[in-house]
Amino acid sequence: MSTISVNGKELEVDEEGYLTNLNDWVPEVATYMAKDEGTELSESHWEVINFLREYYEEYQIAPAVRVLTKAIGKKLGKDKGNSKYLYELFPYGPGKQACKYAGLPKPTGCV
Amino acid sequence: MSDVKKFCYLNRKAPYGTVYAWESLEVVLIGAAFDQDCSLVFADDGVYQLMKGSDTTGLGIKNFSPTYSALGDYDIKKIYVEKESLEERGLSLDDLQHLVWEDEDEDYAEKDSIMVVTKDELAQILEEQDVVLSF
Repeated sequence: MSTISVNGKELEVDEEGYLTNLNDWVPEVATYMAKDEGTELSESHWEVINFLREYYEEYQIAPAVRVLTKAIGKKLGKDKGNSKYLYELFPYGPGKQACKYAGLPKPTGCV
Repeated sequence: MSDVKKFCYLNRKAPYGTVYAWESLEVVLIGAAFDQDCSLVFADDGVYQLMKGSDTTGLGIKNFSPTYSALGDYDIKKIYVEKESLEERGLSLDDLQHLVWEDEDEDYAEKDSIMVVTKDELAQILEEQDVVLSF
């Protein structure tokens, strides 16, 4: 079992780097994971990460990319609710990468 | 798309005793990505899957009841519940979660997804499907 070291605590992650325990998440987890992939998190990244956490809190699932795109568009405006904007922020895929930073499981149906 | 098929997911088991309900829900969420004409049917003990106020704390398993509210986001707009199954269990539409989908063409107006249908109407609905997946 792999672990990452955040705030002096060892947190379990799976073989793809997703947190094993949802409750282990603190904002520093996202910062750590992003840094590990060479990304500095901006305000725009956080908007998406926080949105995903709220979505999971409410529905108990990580949304599919298509659903995420639509929901972001509704909440944060049409200029942000499109794949181009989201892929620029999360080049490895907004579902996969942003969910990982948010401490959520990989979206259902995401390969 | 030219060959859109009518997919129906038939749910007949209570939610938390077996893995069927959650498996069905996962397949529905995955399948929804493929732009097919999807509908869900809840009959027999399957109607319990849509009950309001589920609490799985004592069971030690994940409560996926809130996930049904996300079906609208996945463009699932047709959820049929068999009338006789509700009545046999002393339930009515008021005991079920209020599930809606948002119509983008009408400024995100919320529309009801659940339709209560009789056994005969349900038979007709199933007759019209290209694929019925039973859980």
